Amino acid sequence: MSLVASVLEARGIATVMLSALPQVSRRLAAPRTLEVPFGLGTPMGPALDRQVQARVMAEALAMTAETAVPLSRPWRG
Amino acid sequence: MRIDDLPLKYRMLLRTYPWRRIEPVPCARLRVPLEEARVALVTSAGLVAAGTDAFDLGMRGGDPSFRLIDDDTPVSALTVHHRSAAFERRDLEADLNVAFPREVLHAAVTGRVVGKVAARHLSFMGSITAPGRLIRETAPAAASLLVEDGVDIALLVPV
Repeated sequence: MSLVASVLEARGIATVMLSALPQVSRRLAAPRTLEVPFGLGTPMGPALDRQVQARVMAEALAMTAETAVPLSRPWRG
Repeated sequence: MRIDDLPLKYRMLLRTYPWRRIEPVPCARLRVPLEEARVALVTSAGLVAAGTDAFDLGMRGGDPSFRLIDDDTPVSALTVHHRSAAFERRDLEADLNVAFPREVLHAAVTGRVVGKVAARHLSFMGSITAPGRLIRETAPAAASLLVEDGVDIALLVPV
């Protein structure tokens, strides 16, 4: 996914990637990564928990305004 | 989550995984204010809409192709084809938004966090261990389609 992110950025599309495994995603250096505290398979948070999912979405989207890349930081919740 | 939390099989796989990165890391400046931006989703859950070809789960190095998911595709017409058994599928089956947060994105538009939802989203297969074709062919083709659709932001959701 980090490779797809980089290709999209090169075409002018700002990206942000979620990561449940920061130890891995930091090596991959996607342009912007939000590190989430959920297990593999549920990057947006628990099933049907729309409040948590909305907070993940809002924080991820806000990161697209940042230009000092690569940027990777934990979800603030 | 930490690598040490994974089953041994996946810890071993991650140790030998042929990681690739693109240098220098490219950066697109958001061209419009966030609240006006058009957002597309990019999932690696291997989602396939009814009537489109499934991913090739047996392809050596992983299937680098992608599928377009129209934003108005009903959830009942989408199936998950991801080949990895490393992640928990129960939540994904109960709520596709955990890896394809379309309803959450629409709610973000209603709440004026962002401007618009793209007409089409992208679905890739994860665990591509030989990403040459992905980098050279399929990801650039996918990028062209999003550019054509006037997409400003892509949210990438790997499972």
